[in-house]
Amino acid sequence: MMPGDDALTRRALLGSGLALGGGLLLPESALSLAPARPRIGGSIRVASLSSSTADTLDPAKGALSTDYVRHFMFYSGLTQLDRAMNPRPALAERIESRDQQTWTVQLRKGVTFHDGAPLTARDVVWSLLRHKIPAVGSKVAIIAEQFASIRATGPLELVIRLTGPNADLPVILAQSHFLILRAGQKSFRTANGTGPYRCTQFRPGVRTVATRNRDYWKPGRPYLEQIELIGIPDEVSRVNALLSGDVQLISSVNPRSTRRIDASARHAILETQSGLYTDLIMRQDRLPTGNAHFVAAMKYLIDRPLVKRALFRNYATIANDHPIPPFHPYFNADLPQTRLDLDRARWHLARSGLSGVRLPVYASPAADGSVDMASILQEYGARVGLNLAVNRVPADGYWSTHWMKHPLGFGNTNPRPTADLVFSLFYKSDAEWNESGWKSPRFDRLLLEARGEPDQARRKQLYGEMQALVRNRCGVAIPVFISQIDGYDRRLKGLSPNPLGSFMGYQFAEYCWWNG
Amino acid sequence: MAAMGQSGGASRGLAALIARRIASAALTLLLVSIAIFLMAALLPGDVAQETLGQSATAEQVAALRRELGLDQPLHQRYFGWLAAMLAGDPGQSMVANLPVAEVIAQRLPNSLLLGALCALVAVPAALAIGIVSAMGRGGRLDRALNIASLSMVAMPEFLVATLAVLLFSVKLQWLPSIALVHDEMGWGEYLRGCALPIVTLSVVVIAQMARMTRAAIIDQMDRPYVEMARLKGLGPVRIVLVHILPNAIAPIINAIALSLSYLLGGAIIVETIFNYPGLASLMVNAVTSRDMPLLQACAMIFCLAYLILMLIADVTAILANPRLRAR
Repeated sequence: MMPGDDALTRRALLGSGLALGGGLLLPESALSLAPARPRIGGSIRVASLSSSTADTLDPAKGALSTDYVRHFMFYSGLTQLDRAMNPRPALAERIESRDQQTWTVQLRKGVTFHDGAPLTARDVVWSLLRHKIPAVGSKVAIIAEQFASIRATGPLELVIRLTGPNADLPVILAQSHFLILRAGQKSFRTANGTGPYRCTQFRPGVRTVATRNRDYWKPGRPYLEQIELIGIPDEVSRVNALLSGDVQLISSVNPRSTRRIDASARHAILETQSGLYTDLIMRQDRLPTGNAHFVAAMKYLIDRPLVKRALFRNYATIANDHPIPPFHPYFNADLPQTRLDLDRARWHLARSGLSGVRLPVYASPAADGSVDMASILQEYGARVGLNLAVNRVPADGYWSTHWMKHPLGFGNTNPRPTADLVFSLFYKSDAEWNESGWKSPRFDRLLLEARGEPDQARRKQLYGEMQALVRNRCGVAIPVFISQIDGYDRRLKGLSPNPLGSFMGYQFAEYCWWNG
Repeated sequence: MAAMGQSGGASRGLAALIARRIASAALTLLLVSIAIFLMAALLPGDVAQETLGQSATAEQVAALRRELGLDQPLHQRYFGWLAAMLAGDPGQSMVANLPVAEVIAQRLPNSLLLGALCALVAVPAALAIGIVSAMGRGGRLDRALNIASLSMVAMPEFLVATLAVLLFSVKLQWLPSIALVHDEMGWGEYLRGCALPIVTLSVVVIAQMARMTRAAIIDQMDRPYVEMARLKGLGPVRIVLVHILPNAIAPIINAIALSLSYLLGGAIIVETIFNYPGLASLMVNAVTSRDMPLLQACAMIFCLAYLILMLIADVTAILANPRLRAR
């Protein structure tokens, strides 16, 4: 951005603020442009959408947003992602490689754990290697498989050797699962990390209390004196708790509730466009969904603007049947957008020989919005002679019993920090969660090439071609990317959207301050 | 002499009854534990799959199953659990990785406290409403109370709770919308935080108990002994409290016991809406995560509480009724 642009934006905002009159508050995004000085102190209560006995202090086992937030409060990673998803040094002062396969990591000096022990290369080696032990039950075990060897070469230096080149390693290491523990940590009743907060109380399913770590390795940070993290699974209760002043920050606001929050002068919403999506899965190894004409027909049958408007009240971004959202640096803008086209759908359906056949489609509240999407598909399907039967199944046990097990069903994928991760985990021919069982040797070759490619322009080109392959051939249809909606008390400052997820990419604790 | 002998026989009879009831309670608990074990085994997915979630690999699921002993056959796991339980050890929560006793120790006092406070509000209120409306049977007050209690029965508790939150928390901002409970809080803070859950739960159970009380008292009102008392010139309050109530106590105590057992396990909706860390939501957690030892322990507690309350109701009924006492 040119300096002129910045000034123009700020002037324009000031102008509109004046025009609206003194009674109206400026949106938060406008306020954050003005220089605001963070202050230390204040205590807030934060409610996420879930809390149960499965709550954990083990980063490897983190499964839900509450876990990620908790882990980022107590632990630090080797790297951190900024708002543009670029990796920045954190515990690692430097992380370098010549061939993208052997990486040297130089650790920051003088970092201490909450118990006073100094951070050493040994802790890092131990923290990273434990993901490869099946009994640990790490959520990123598949990603950790590419660690061929990790060894300490000095007290603050280590070498990570990968099974193949991967230019994204610094980004991968910024995920909450790869946060650094003290070597040998066995019990997770309390947390001993190098993070911005110390754990003063952890009660699974009840609450987590974090107090400011005065010895945090980033001088002056964090700002809040105390954070109490709770889970309120019921959405209406969560919004009520925010509006009644019992909590100051909530996540997972239903688009229908945004009006209630907007109506309150003391509260605001934060929309985070993310790569989260719910997709229609058409298994390629089964009939009739394995038929290419059938897949094409289904993609033409989706009324994306309707899904965006009716299901998500416009808190969504229209997608083009591949997992890279338009705001991603590698997004391929040259691909034509698939639209609702009943004539083409009818033509493809006739070619597939499936007109008049009754087909069950499995949907569940576990995959956000899938039940309504299935109903919309059923409606349009009826117009072109496709008889879909919507089977609504409970969220409980959906992933182990229904997901990827029916010819026609729904899945739901959380945003991943890199294009490589989402493609490797969900689209590579031999990926365990290759939802539609789609096989494309060309795609696999491009994936490996892009992974080791240090040149950004070339990478973008490779990922662009992969998006085209997925859009045109793969057995998944992605109607929209779903935005995350947080609600907050206006006295909480420093919040900004981070495409990694709600709660500022789960890391608000480090950046927010209280102005009460 | 004769009276003393009779009462000695009665207390022996009562002791035998209690002993019989305890034996049958033990059998009930055993059968319930088997039923729950089998039902939970029928649910799709096991604790390993639920814990590892969407990102599970086959290798991890196998490793976790082995670690948790899920690779053993069903009956072997059940008898293992039963043997430990009989020795007083409810086992280890498979999900929280903490002893079940510890997990429950954090939640059970909350549930008991909430239930006790609700009972403290609801029982006297229900008895008063029931007695007053029975005494003024057919009158304007009776009809008003009838309509009120019927609409309370008909109104689902999530509606009561939501309306109460919208009014008292969001609009007026008098009371917190969520019931936060922690160790450092004092009684005043606790009562303020739990006022809405207590009111909501009370509304639900008062109506049931009040209607039962009214029916039981009215049932007695037309009996000859009441007519006799009235002819002797006793006041209506004395007739109801001294003569009718002891005779009507059995169904009333029964209704109270049923309502109280509901306060413990049936509070799930109130626990959800107010985010109250009680035992009911813990049990729902245990079901969704397939955490068998925790689920079993919760079920045993609910079942036991129900059996104890029923036993108390029966014993009270017997003690209050000389005819049952003599049998």
